[in-house]
Amino acid sequence: MSSNTTDYTAYKSYLEEDGGRKGIFKWILSTDHKRIGLLYLYAMMGWFIVGVVLGLLMKLELIAPGKTLMGPQSYNATFTVHGVIMIFLIVIPGLPAVFGNFFLPIQIGAKDVAFPRLNLFSWYIYVLGGILVIISLFGNGAPDTGWTFYAPYSFKTGTNMLPAALGAFVLGFSSILTGLNFIVTIHRMRAPGMSWFKMPLFIWTLYGTGWIQLLATPIVGITLLMVAGERILGIGFFDPAKGGDPLLYQHLFWIYSHPAVYIMILPAMGVISEIIPTFSKKTIFGYRAIVFSTLAIAFVGYFVWGHHMFTSGMSGTALWAFSLLTFIVAIPSAIKVFNWISTMHQGSISVEVPFLWAASFIFIFMIGGLTGLVLGSLATNVHVHDTAFVVAHFHFIVFGGVGFAFFGAMHYWFSKIFGRVYDKSWAKTGWITFFIGFVSLYGPMFYLGIKGMPRRYFDYLEEFHGPNIISSFGALVMIAGFVIILINLIKSARHGEKTTEMNPWGGTNLEWQVPTPPPLENFDEIPVIEKATYKYD
Amino acid sequence: MSETLSHQVVHRDDEASKLGIWLFIFTELLFFGGLFLTYAVYRNMNRQAFHLAAEELDVAVGTINTVILLISSMTMAMATTSIQKKDKRTTLILIWITLLLALAFLVNKYFEWSGKIGHGIWPGSPLLEELGRGDTLFFGLYFFMTGLHALHIIIGMVLLAVVLVRVQKDRITFDNFQLLENGGLYWHLVDLIWIFLFPLFYLIT
Repeated sequence: MSSNTTDYTAYKSYLEEDGGRKGIFKWILSTDHKRIGLLYLYAMMGWFIVGVVLGLLMKLELIAPGKTLMGPQSYNATFTVHGVIMIFLIVIPGLPAVFGNFFLPIQIGAKDVAFPRLNLFSWYIYVLGGILVIISLFGNGAPDTGWTFYAPYSFKTGTNMLPAALGAFVLGFSSILTGLNFIVTIHRMRAPGMSWFKMPLFIWTLYGTGWIQLLATPIVGITLLMVAGERILGIGFFDPAKGGDPLLYQHLFWIYSHPAVYIMILPAMGVISEIIPTFSKKTIFGYRAIVFSTLAIAFVGYFVWGHHMFTSGMSGTALWAFSLLTFIVAIPSAIKVFNWISTMHQGSISVEVPFLWAASFIFIFMIGGLTGLVLGSLATNVHVHDTAFVVAHFHFIVFGGVGFAFFGAMHYWFSKIFGRVYDKSWAKTGWITFFIGFVSLYGPMFYLGIKGMPRRYFDYLEEFHGPNIISSFGALVMIAGFVIILINLIKSARHGEKTTEMNPWGGTNLEWQVPTPPPLENFDEIPVIEKATYKYD
Repeated sequence: MSETLSHQVVHRDDEASKLGIWLFIFTELLFFGGLFLTYAVYRNMNRQAFHLAAEELDVAVGTINTVILLISSMTMAMATTSIQKKDKRTTLILIWITLLLALAFLVNKYFEWSGKIGHGIWPGSPLLEELGRGDTLFFGLYFFMTGLHALHIIIGMVLLAVVLVRVQKDRITFDNFQLLENGGLYWHLVDLIWIFLFPLFYLIT
């Protein structure tokens, strides 16, 4: 098949096109969206390893009752920094910053994003925010409030809260600029013929995500600034002693931070909606239903923040209203799951590595989603509030959802990005090890939570010992899987077999119709889109 | 290098940058929105104290600052028009006037704040502790919100200074004035936020 490989010789890929710069400057001064996507990827990989090590330290502390590795103060600092890194530096920017940057312009047939320099600027702000988080580790001790920075403790504690909160503020700014850039790009730069309902589903989820980033992030920005004002000036916004209201802090914090969950999960759903039809060789089932459920999640996601505060003290009406709205947001998520499964039905499925990640995503996501309903119902919420059950639930959704989609995307687009192929059998070994480790790490926590083990405690009663051992060993297995995946990918990116095959999986979207790896400006001439996306004839 | 440069020139899209600045203005409004919400909640909780504390503020100073900002918004809008009329000299003069008015606003603010601090009113001051919770919250919000607004004035001045230099160097011209217009839009936003701050702190007593 001649059309499936690059047959002209005069072409230069984006990896060779360095803008005349040397060494690291080819990367950190480049405004090419593809290079910026990879800059995010490398920065994120470094952070992720730090976050994983902190998580492992916690699991080792919990391997037996009593103090095994660290005392209560260090444990508090560990889960705080683990949370701040994982939430603000990994899963919120995660898929949009890496794969959104790389593939959004290609998938809509554009040469770059609307504001290339702003895009690079966002990455610099991202790095600055990360450095501020690191600074918080030194000095008076690492912050110990949990990643939610709950007032009034966050301005009373003697630890280094200020750099951590300001770091999160700065990272929010980077997130806003990325979202803004994507929205404008999608509005202005779609190739001729690419109407809204011909856009790939990954683009739709980035669009929904962009709006959440834009509309929700400023609120947490101002909230974190107010905490800074409390600490520096002693203003009293959230200090009951001065007339302030700590509950107002929780409202302001969660009105962003709950929609932030959808910033994390929507692009993950987008990736899955790309992978499933490609490996089922079938048109996606219910394209429009998936689009509208994406928008519905982005919209309803704003009205459910109160379910984080069921035990904080709200009016009865507020309680049931938030509970009801939480149930409503589950509907569009379920629609997507049904659509993915219907797409697979009677498809000609090839069980490749990306498909394995996508299928296990659906499994993990369903467990995470259904346990979310347990937390959304008032009565059961009161029982398991702030227990290990919550930890298990949000790790299934946030880590399981975003992490599995991220690895799926990595394996799906790997050859397109690097122009090399990875070792498939090692990739499969990594996946199954990771999957088994993941389930045995977080699965037992559901049981522990129902039995009453609180979250964020460095110690527990003897009766919780058994499941905790399983959980801690699960962590070791999962990390082993992660190391296998990471080494395989890094090795393949550097020394793997070169490939110029344009469409190894038989995908239908535009990124499979440009050379591998893509040239600097993606397209020699802007394509004209005629048929609908995901068409397998 | 030349590759990257041509790459950006080709992609000039005025509509896109206008859309971008409007979306950014939207986020700025939401950013202050969190503070307006806080103000509303605490005003509702401490009606009497907010009422009395607001009478402490000098309406004259607030009014002068409002007038200054409104005029500066007008000169900025005029600058956008005059560049379209290919009148570079008037454009430069108008941006200079805007910058001087912004400076006048800050000078005014400086005297207002130092007056308050001279009377023993600042966030966390012993006097406020004595006056009680309502006053603490009112003046806390006053310093925080007007301070944040003043910070936006400074950012706006930096932005307008960049625009000024670019007009001077003919980088902004009658057929490529999007940056000037965006700077103007940002400046109107700063004005708009003040228009809300002024009645909330100075007029409603």
